[in-house]
Amino acid sequence: MSAATGMTPASGAEAEDAGALANPRTLVDFVLRARTFGIVVILALLVVVTALIQPSFLSASNIRFVLSETAVYALVAIGETLVVLTRNVDLSVGSVVGLSAYVSANMFQTHHGIAIPVVFLVGLGVGLACGLVTGLITAVGRVPSLVVTLAMLYIIRGVDTIIVGSGQVVANSLPNSFINIFHASVLGIPDLAIAVAVAVAIAAYYLKSYRSGRDLYAIGSDPEAARLAGIPIAKRVFIAFVLSGSIAGLAGVVWATQYNTIDATAANGLELQIIAAVVVGGVAIFGGSGSVVGAALGALLLQTINVALNVLGVPSLWTEAIAGFLLLVAITIDRGIQLRLAAALRKRRSHLGA
Amino acid sequence: MAPDPTRAAGTTGTAGTTGTAGATGAAGAGDPAGGRGWRARLAGGRLEPLLRWESALVIAVVAVALLGTSISSQFLSSYNVFTACTGVGDLAIMALPMTLIIITGEIDLSVASILALSAELLGDLWLHHWSMGVIFVVVLAVGTLAGAINGLLITRVGLPSLAVTIGTLTLYRGLANVILGPASVSNFPTSYTAVGVNGFLGISWLSWSVAIFIVLAIVAGVMLRMTSLGRSLYAIGLNEEAAFHSGIRVKRIKLSLYVLSGLVCSAVGILYAFELSSATENIGIGFELQVVTIVLLGGVSIFGGRGTILGVALAALIYAGLRSALLLTSSFNENDFEVVSGGLLILSVLVPNAAAFAGRGRELFARRRARGRLRAAGVSDDA
Amino acid sequence: MVTAGAPVLSLTDASKAFAGVHALQGVSLELHAGEAHALVGENGAGKSTLVKILGGVHQPDSGALTIGGDEVFLHGPGDAADRGISVIYQEPTLFPDLSVAENVFIGRQPLRSGRRIDHRAMEREVREIFTRLGVGIDPDRIARGLSIAEQQLVEIAKALTRRARVLIMDEPTAALSPVESRRLFGVVQTLRDEGAAVVFISHRLEEVLAICQRVTVLRDGRRVLSQPLEGVTERDLVRAMVGRDVIAESHESHTPGEPVLEVEHLTREGVFVDISFEVRAGEVVALAGLVGSGRSEVARAIFGIDRHDAGTVTMAGRRLRRGSPAAAMQAGIGFVPEDRRQQGLVMEMSVARNIGLASLRRLRRGGLIFAGTERRFGAEWAQRLQVTAGRASMPVSLLSGGNQQKVVLAKWLARSPAALIVDEPTRGIDIGTKTEVHRLIAALAADGVAVLVISSELPEVLTLADRVLVMREGRLAASMPRAQATEEAIVAAGTAQQPAQPAAGAAADPGAGAEAPR
Repeated sequence: MSAATGMTPASGAEAEDAGALANPRTLVDFVLRARTFGIVVILALLVVVTALIQPSFLSASNIRFVLSETAVYALVAIGETLVVLTRNVDLSVGSVVGLSAYVSANMFQTHHGIAIPVVFLVGLGVGLACGLVTGLITAVGRVPSLVVTLAMLYIIRGVDTIIVGSGQVVANSLPNSFINIFHASVLGIPDLAIAVAVAVAIAAYYLKSYRSGRDLYAIGSDPEAARLAGIPIAKRVFIAFVLSGSIAGLAGVVWATQYNTIDATAANGLELQIIAAVVVGGVAIFGGSGSVVGAALGALLLQTINVALNVLGVPSLWTEAIAGFLLLVAITIDRGIQLRLAAALRKRRSHLGA
Repeated sequence: MAPDPTRAAGTTGTAGTTGTAGATGAAGAGDPAGGRGWRARLAGGRLEPLLRWESALVIAVVAVALLGTSISSQFLSSYNVFTACTGVGDLAIMALPMTLIIITGEIDLSVASILALSAELLGDLWLHHWSMGVIFVVVLAVGTLAGAINGLLITRVGLPSLAVTIGTLTLYRGLANVILGPASVSNFPTSYTAVGVNGFLGISWLSWSVAIFIVLAIVAGVMLRMTSLGRSLYAIGLNEEAAFHSGIRVKRIKLSLYVLSGLVCSAVGILYAFELSSATENIGIGFELQVVTIVLLGGVSIFGGRGTILGVALAALIYAGLRSALLLTSSFNENDFEVVSGGLLILSVLVPNAAAFAGRGRELFARRRARGRLRAAGVSDDA
Repeated sequence: MVTAGAPVLSLTDASKAFAGVHALQGVSLELHAGEAHALVGENGAGKSTLVKILGGVHQPDSGALTIGGDEVFLHGPGDAADRGISVIYQEPTLFPDLSVAENVFIGRQPLRSGRRIDHRAMEREVREIFTRLGVGIDPDRIARGLSIAEQQLVEIAKALTRRARVLIMDEPTAALSPVESRRLFGVVQTLRDEGAAVVFISHRLEEVLAICQRVTVLRDGRRVLSQPLEGVTERDLVRAMVGRDVIAESHESHTPGEPVLEVEHLTREGVFVDISFEVRAGEVVALAGLVGSGRSEVARAIFGIDRHDAGTVTMAGRRLRRGSPAAAMQAGIGFVPEDRRQQGLVMEMSVARNIGLASLRRLRRGGLIFAGTERRFGAEWAQRLQVTAGRASMPVSLLSGGNQQKVVLAKWLARSPAALIVDEPTRGIDIGTKTEVHRLIAALAADGVAVLVISSELPEVLTLADRVLVMREGRLAASMPRAQATEEAIVAAGTAQQPAQPAAGAAADPGAGAEAPR
């Protein structure tokens, strides 16, 4: 690039490094890109291996099943990613989905003939309200998000239980057009999957090409530096939580199209699966790096594993344990990569600044 | 530049962009034994911020007691107290190792899953006619191992405790369900299930779980306040690097805490199964959140370095009392209490931060005044 | 060459006090375009307060700030940056996960249609700036892994994209190699050529004399001197900074005893290689060398904070387990770390508790530690070292830097170590406490303790050391007894391309004028 560099080490130690990758930039970027595509590779491997053992795995109906199952998870994962990027966490998403699922589906019972888009709006509204409260307390009240969203998980679930009581929404109170949303597909690919894919693409584009999106990464990467740089942290974090809540609200309606019968326990425990998906998908738990594409792929991977295990005859009893195990594996691998990277970068600095 | 993952950043990192821990102040707040006695401090007109919290808790206990007795004359009856004890005693016991872990700046969300794993393992082995003595040993060993896995992943591999314990929370509960499946065991010998029915040593209002809690709390409290280990825990929570540089064996201590947590939680699992006199799937679900609520309500800072066992004990008392009082009103039920729990949790972190908020507000106000002065002095206020 | 004409920035009669302590009193400063203006002064003289005022972090209690002729009030760092003042701090704060280009433009990325970020324009502009500065950093690469020197350059690029007219550099060469320093000076020249005003804060007076045109000296919060640098000597500057001619402290030697701490072939890949030396009882060995040569890392490896990859550390004849500070402490080693706020002290804890933190076992009475015991222990040691604090129960964060350092020392002295490693004993301390600390170390040696001192201040090295070891780029470049140690010899050994001859009377070439003796 220029004459007076001093960038590449002038000493003979350079020869030693010939074995390592050519320069730090390539190494780091390679690793990061590998993280996202690694999931794709693992996914492919998984599919191939399972198909070899049990060819019926690759049936059109199975693929459709996996894709539609993933829809809710991938959707919520988008919102969760926005929050995790800022070095926060939203543990309330499961409760939001549950509440939204009930409230929106119940609309059909209480308001006969209500239009479906309105129901979606109701779900969105429920999620938005939850997100507003969570966001306000976290960003403005400066309370650690772990605690706030933990509390909101309780509170929202409690509210849900109170509203639902012992009742439930029953499948036959829902219009067929609503239930069919889950099953509709075009060219064999479920509509929902396409819609979620579009949502992921929009989110990804936003995160890459808009200042506020990049700010989220900055906040998670180094909150102090972000403050010094004048980034409006409270505002961004607040909006991230509002979005997370709203998206979860929307996902609640999708949940309703999927499960039809909804009681007070709907979507219990969803948040943990979402976090697993997000972490497996390469989003750093400390924020600052990761992508919504990765998170969505993480959700897809986890669902594929569920189905694969099912097809292979593993009792569904094992799914929870396996999900937990996978999460641990994912973060361990990430840590391993991180350590190796640090060591490599340390050795790179061979002029030792003396 | 990069955040150090081996630090508590599991909680402090994901705990948001707040930075330093709120208004609990610097004056030895994590330093319960520092300075002269409480009398001197009171006389000086400044209560240590920590005492401030615990005093508030004492007032809350009294308030809850008043609330309870006003709701029902049965509130302080031996039966009701016993019920409240069995309801919260197990949570309180689990809150003890959790307190120690949170003081060091970490967290353990797998506590309820270890409880479940133990309870369901107990049930399954009993179903297969193993002798109770052997079952105890095996179950406790498994719980200890589960805690050790947590600890090793966090200290040796260097993973953030939040992510690890979310993973093991899922893993252990999954394993628990695999072990027992949909089966339900409820034929434990009555000599054991008596712990859910009879009072401790004949004291009709005191449950075994609470009695055990009291003993353990005293031990833990003394340990925290008066041993080198206790001081090490606070030091690790306040500044892990400096603690390490002072020769404190940070990794070893953290690992031990997780092993201890595993052991205690599995013991509670056994106790709980006997109290319920049944072991089924999804036993103890949601307990981890209740335990964290009690700990944080007790004044233990989520960032680490501050908190006392006394505070946690008072918080458990408030929790039990409030729950019992609300349950005595005909309109409330178990589920409704969840909302109250969540509210308490938020309050317990909002209040200290509110004080900080007020302080920031004052600072902003002072700055505006200063600017006004400069303006008056002729320095232009350029926008 | 002094540029005439109206100053770009002018601070008149600024004062600032914190909690009753006057950090600045009636300080004035004038910066001209195209000029490098040195800001010099001891620690605590008020430089950083001045910088923070210029950078908008603090508002002065009184005084006026004029930029380009207009009187201005800075509301915050963002405001200062908007007005063309950029501060390059000693610790650059970049976002490790973002690219270099993004770091430069964070929050202000160039936009195209629809308010979308124009990545290409961003990259192009950054590339252009780097070319202008003669620097070869890839704008697309991620910031994680950049050396301090590179991070500084990114910060400078950031300043330039904000059309900075005033660039304030706080101790920029403290962590740089000679090569990197030279590159930085080239950058400063480019900035001057483009008409910016550069404020250069440095302890390295030779650098100041070499690249700056004007100097302002602060002492105890006041401006003592402000003039062009023609004809000014280092001695003049030192006298202005300190207020008197500095008389070097006398050094006493005594016969050292047996080797206590023996280090053999110590290696940590990528950091230091094949370090071997010994410290004898009653001897003070100083480890000198430039910042980044690996001295602190060696100390940390000896004490066990970091694990070394090869070699051994032997204490009183027994091999030490690697990577265990507890083992090192048990063997009788104490370690006063470089960063007292982050590593040496727990700021929220009291003085007494900090002092007792390394002696927890000793404080036990029947297994328990009583508050009274701890307090008395801490108070006794605090008094012995003359720590001026209200009560031993005060949080240590309220103490001055000098007193804080004494608390750290007390903590380790309370263990009666056989060997003490002290990393930068007087960094950021006022002169009075500095002398106390020196006397303390000398007294320790007289008592038979083996002392290893790491210092970047040559006068300090010469005062304290019985023997001087010089590190360069991770290796031991030279070892010289006190008699042969001179500033030039140490500098030469620390920067020369080939190891200096330790016993030779003539010093090696002191190197180009810009080389730093630290």
